[in-house]
Amino acid sequence: MARSNKPMLWLPFAGGGLVAALIIPVLILITGVLVPLGVLHLRYETIAAFAHNPLGKLIVLGAVALPAWHAAHRLRMTAHDLGLGSGIAIKAACYGTAWLLILAAAGALIAV
Amino acid sequence: MSETITLEVLRYHPETDSEPHFQRYVVPYRDDWVVLDALNHIKDNLDATLSYRWSCHMAVCGSCGMTINGEPKLSCHSFLRDYRGKVVRVEPLDHFPIERDLVIVMDSFMEKLGSVKPWLIPKVEKPLSAGEYLQSPGQMQVFHQYTQCINCLLCYAACPQIGLNEDFVGPAALALAHRYNLDSRDGGRDARAEVVASNEGIWECTFVGACSEVCPKHVDPAAAIQQTKISASVGWLKDLLTPGAHR
Repeated sequence: MARSNKPMLWLPFAGGGLVAALIIPVLILITGVLVPLGVLHLRYETIAAFAHNPLGKLIVLGAVALPAWHAAHRLRMTAHDLGLGSGIAIKAACYGTAWLLILAAAGALIAV
Repeated sequence: MSETITLEVLRYHPETDSEPHFQRYVVPYRDDWVVLDALNHIKDNLDATLSYRWSCHMAVCGSCGMTINGEPKLSCHSFLRDYRGKVVRVEPLDHFPIERDLVIVMDSFMEKLGSVKPWLIPKVEKPLSAGEYLQSPGQMQVFHQYTQCINCLLCYAACPQIGLNEDFVGPAALALAHRYNLDSRDGGRDARAEVVASNEGIWECTFVGACSEVCPKHVDPAAAIQQTKISASVGWLKDLLTPGAHR
């Protein structure tokens, strides 16, 4: 037996779990509830400036990419648990969707 | 007539039976009886041909693991009163071949257990005259929980990954590897990693957590495996960043 290269898949999965559990709920609360209800006031220019800053871009990309990877890996594992196998089609569907989301987010961040 | 309870027991004698079948036994119901007491009553009074493993009757030896109404349990730890008014279905543990009746063949587990080197591999071997390898109570507390495993194999019966891939090293063996990796006196992490950090080791686990739910000793193998995933990933990163330096 040889040591596995699975950490390559697992480290972003673990990071994504952390982001999805700790940061995404806060972002949903802010952008989806508090701002629309008028409880919290955010200036568009402030948020835009954040997304224009290279470090800000990286943070936004992390907030999208890591949970997307987490979801892809989790869904693939769940498919495996349910006995649906772990063939190339399931891998392509899960990781492919994640990569589409990641590339779309990266493209949008480069464009702004 | 005093109260009774019905046990439906899986029987299989390989020399005469072409396949396993169920046999019903009606035994006296007692509030303070566990399923193992009912099996002992069958063995002593109704049918001496019934085979099953047991020893201590107090959840220490880990011998009497069985599938009781679909759940992996120690039969010495499962009270009849929890099944009152129902038929109690007793089967061997899932995911293992049947040796005879409720007795499973556990060779595959013994092999896996040995493969993770579940013993102290000292960082530096000392001669006997140099005395003990000392450890503080705090250092012992770090791994104490994982020493509680009694190798009852309930976790292997509960684990869906064992069902899907019989080569998976599995919860108990990986939890015991973690126990020694966490030991301040131990230096065997790298020696264990060849098996523990392989595809058939921790990486086959998808964190379903059934192992920890069924563990009668609260070892929490699922936590052990997730913690090992973190340390194995750190080791992998170190190898990647400093090739040749590690190992």
